[in-house]
Amino acid sequence: MPLRLLKFAFSREYPETRMFRQPDRLQSSYDAVIIGGGGHGLAAAYYLARDYGMTHVAVLEKGYLGGGNTGRNTTIIRSNYLTPEGVKFYNESMRLWQDLSQDFDLNLFYSNRGHFTLAHTDAAVRTMRWRAEVNKHYGIASELVDPETIQKACPLMDLTCAGHAPVLGALYHAPGSIARHDAVAWGYGRGADRRGVEIHQQTEVLGITVRSGKVTGVETNRGSISTSRVLCAVAGFTPRILRLVGLRSPLYIHPLQAMVSEPMKPWLDPIIVSGSLHVYVSQTARGELVMGASLDPYELHATRSTLEFAEGLAAHMLDLFPCLSHVKVVRQWAGIADMTPDFAPIMGKTPISGFYLDAGWGTWGFKATPVSGKTMAYTIAHDRPHPLIESFALSRFANYELVGEKGAASVGH
Amino acid sequence: MKLIPCPINGLRPVGEFVYGGEVRPMPDPNAVDDDTWASYVFNRTGAPGVKQEWWCHSPSNTWFIVERNTLTDEIMQSYLYDEMRTI
Repeated sequence: MPLRLLKFAFSREYPETRMFRQPDRLQSSYDAVIIGGGGHGLAAAYYLARDYGMTHVAVLEKGYLGGGNTGRNTTIIRSNYLTPEGVKFYNESMRLWQDLSQDFDLNLFYSNRGHFTLAHTDAAVRTMRWRAEVNKHYGIASELVDPETIQKACPLMDLTCAGHAPVLGALYHAPGSIARHDAVAWGYGRGADRRGVEIHQQTEVLGITVRSGKVTGVETNRGSISTSRVLCAVAGFTPRILRLVGLRSPLYIHPLQAMVSEPMKPWLDPIIVSGSLHVYVSQTARGELVMGASLDPYELHATRSTLEFAEGLAAHMLDLFPCLSHVKVVRQWAGIADMTPDFAPIMGKTPISGFYLDAGWGTWGFKATPVSGKTMAYTIAHDRPHPLIESFALSRFANYELVGEKGAASVGH
Repeated sequence: MKLIPCPINGLRPVGEFVYGGEVRPMPDPNAVDDDTWASYVFNRTGAPGVKQEWWCHSPSNTWFIVERNTLTDEIMQSYLYDEMRTI
């Protein structure tokens, strides 16, 4: 890999070709259509082409590739969830993440940092001990650590939190990592494109044709397509697509905001999360602090930023890290999160034959990108849900079989 | 800062309010089948549009209805539940 960089130094023109083709028109039919050119949709296209030989596939993206929640999250990857279903699923994702850069031949800046979830109350310590035991049972590195261990890993943290809510301990998850999120979309996009998948940007889905309970086609702003298989992987836009096929779901949409500080010398190695303070933060390879907090308090389908959010998050950051009082915030943005009542995704088949759903990714979707692509590709290719996602079906609500992942959401929502 | 019109206290900053979700009429649990009941319990109108929502002005504990466009965040009107209107 490093030798290949030399040609960038000696070439007069940029030596790489574009990451993927830009087909000028839609074909009249495809074996499968994937709505949504984010990480999840592109990953599904990639694994469909690579593992199942389905290459006559179109990915339709309303905006630009990876411009939705794939490029708006805070890039944290971990698998220390609470329920057995969640732990097994995210652990498989973790395994896929490890060699993704090799797989793509693209540097994802995958950086293993270790992940501390701080406990400020006895109740939180109890939940963390529970999570650690569930995690260990499934072979995941996860343990409860004392304040001295936290202080050693992060000397600049004020463990008393200015006296308001002293840190009593933390759940430590050694495999916790961060990665460059837009490169994940490009890597999957390039991999799918090279195997023959067509990626159509600026292509909005306006309708989905369903005849006697089966998908037969998709209407777009660039023409109609006939297809028997459609995957909907559009995160916050899912209820709008479901409306086109007359399905209802428990999804509710709230914005989730985040912000970035100016770059600093490296001082924060681990990823720090505090549920009580509604903060999660990591330092990127570029030196910026990427910070996030809880959801906006009410439903909204817009990516506007608010001052209330920046103020609240900054105040809590200063409780943990008083040394940051002079650091400037340089960017703030929002994504549209599709939340579910049990904090687990909605994946798999739907009452409409040939219409597959990969949704309900709320605030936990980025880390699941590889495994969701892989399991959805399996589901589409075999027309039956992958064993890892059986408990995430849309039908679980009507059967009162909720997953109950709430305890492991990174911050209280 | 976003302001919410409370029918009792007038325009107040959004931080004084608690969002209570969309107004959803409850079906009679003894009269409907299990699927209808489960749909009432879990399903939501997720797509954007003008919706009637519950909001509470928390310092005065006033629950009331707001008509709001959830795509543009524009508030049409607000009123007490007793003055419930149809949209």
